[in-house]
Amino acid sequence: MFDLTGMTALVTGASGGIGSAIAKALAAQGARLAISGSNQTKLDAFREELGGDHAALICDLSDPAAVDGLVPRAVEALGGKLDILVNNAGITRDNLAMRMKDDEWNQVIQVNLEAAFRLIRASAKPMMKARFGRVISITSVVGVTGNPGQANYAASKAGLIGMSKALAQELASRNITVNCVAPGFIRSAMTDALNEQQKAAILAKIPAGDLGSGEDIGAAVAYLASREAGYVTGQTLHVNGGMAMI
Amino acid sequence: MSETAERVKKIVVEHLGVEADKVTEDASFIDDLGADSLDIVELVMAFEEEFGVEIPDDAAEKISTVKDAITYIDSHKG
Repeated sequence: MFDLTGMTALVTGASGGIGSAIAKALAAQGARLAISGSNQTKLDAFREELGGDHAALICDLSDPAAVDGLVPRAVEALGGKLDILVNNAGITRDNLAMRMKDDEWNQVIQVNLEAAFRLIRASAKPMMKARFGRVISITSVVGVTGNPGQANYAASKAGLIGMSKALAQELASRNITVNCVAPGFIRSAMTDALNEQQKAAILAKIPAGDLGSGEDIGAAVAYLASREAGYVTGQTLHVNGGMAMI
Repeated sequence: MSETAERVKKIVVEHLGVEADKVTEDASFIDDLGADSLDIVELVMAFEEEFGVEIPDDAAEKISTVKDAITYIDSHKG
């Protein structure tokens, strides 16, 4: 089940916590990857760690021209085809709305939402030709529930969900599925830095009684990327230990 | 048959998977050749690539038959 042997994937934000777990999950199922990130040192280190025949592609997702060039670069690096696109890269610029600068709004929308659109638009061409494709965007529970201080981030993540539903309808007849995975609280450098009291407050809201791991997200992405998930499209798979049931 | 017509017909046959003899100049992509809106987008992009022409959306909307495509390409290619 969920064997990805012979399939190729582009994963953005691949050197980050969740991104690297997604890349590892796809590679473990047999996919060949183009991993993308903005930090050369981190990306190269992760490719080493990953081993195998994977390509590392530096890309600044706040630069529209660079984003438009990423899919063609990935297709070339992956031997002429792209089966799976994972829009994972995301940034936060948290601030209460009344204090939020235009830049903080624009940067988050540009990297989290606009870059995802550009990458899907570019991927649709080879995927339509191949009559196969899997697009998975990593959204967030806050895209559905909202979160104070994250108007920009929540808007970008809700935007991914709506956009994916529209594209799922446009592309379904070509055997291309478009879905989202919505993580809840996932263990990361950021959550490790929280004090005990903050951690307890978060855990009190999670029926599972624990934070999630990158592997939990990687497994969800691997499922949606698989041939077995071909009848699932336009959906958001929430992976959050029960903290929000939507 | 002009060279443009031959190349257009070849693209149509390849993209829509239809018999070559069905691709007459009067054939409508949607009504006669079974194309849907995504097929039209793919065909237009394939024509643009093959002939190095740009077919803007308002022109693409008016291309409904094989002949429409040939005529547009012949009058716009460099």
